Amino acid sequence: MGIADQLNTYLTLSGMLFSIGTFGFLARRNAISMLMSIELMLNAVNLSIVAFGAFVPSLQGQGAVIALMVMAVAAAEATVGLAIVIAIFRNRKTPLVDEYDAMRR
Amino acid sequence: MRAWLYLLAAAIAGAIVTTPALFVLILLGGSFNDALVASLATLMLTAGIAVVTMRDIIRCGLAMIVCFCALAGLYVTLGAPMVAAAQVIVYIGAISVLILFAIMLTQDKVAPSRLVFQTQAAPAAVAAIIVAVLVSVAAAGTNWGAMGEHVRIATNDLANLLFEQYTLAFEAVSVLLLAAVIGGVFLAKREKDQSA
Repeated sequence: MGIADQLNTYLTLSGMLFSIGTFGFLARRNAISMLMSIELMLNAVNLSIVAFGAFVPSLQGQGAVIALMVMAVAAAEATVGLAIVIAIFRNRKTPLVDEYDAMRR
Repeated sequence: MRAWLYLLAAAIAGAIVTTPALFVLILLGGSFNDALVASLATLMLTAGIAVVTMRDIIRCGLAMIVCFCALAGLYVTLGAPMVAAAQVIVYIGAISVLILFAIMLTQDKVAPSRLVFQTQAAPAAVAAIIVAVLVSVAAAGTNWGAMGEHVRIATNDLANLLFEQYTLAFEAVSVLLLAAVIGGVFLAKREKDQSA
């Protein structure tokens, strides 16, 4: 059985993409980079959902429906998140999250 | 000349994408589909690493588009063409363009020369590697029950499922999107009241 016909290939790939997104979210200083890392993590979850939908017989089709819903919610999240980042940028004149320290002082 | 550098970068990128495909095809004796999956997976992971490590944030956004394209290709090989089309339209067409516009609105001249990572970058890398290893071990060690033949999902069946069984979820998502649009406009436009 080749690697394209195994569920484990896609699950491992999804885990690796999710961990790349985790690293980006924890390590980057720019707020928009952090949002991009969140998009990577959402895509990793979507990949595993579609893989389960393709390989598990009782989930035939449901996987694709759930993936479409996740995409719509991700679009909503991106809209609101970027609007918040732009609103903060207007006040603080910086996109770097470690300079947003108004509530620590 | 800069043109040589770009040609060299293109050659290296092509080698990164084609090497795993040739490796799977020749050394492991895989089918054409296996080679396609290997090369798309490599492209996706390389572009993903570029998104989180590159210095210039506009290049991070462009690498994210490459990553989403490779992911759409993986959806096609998984037999979900409708999800792949939605990925191209929603992620590449809408979300990536939104993020590129937000980058252009929030960029200042000195941003690329400043420090890219926070001080906790090394622990974050360790944590990310631990997550990847744990997920791989858990996925390999679990028995997922009866596996079917990897079947292509017909768009017709998907439409029936979406508009008969999951109509309520579909309508709820449309209300959520409306709320997100209104919230986004409200958040991004508020500054006129406070400018006095």
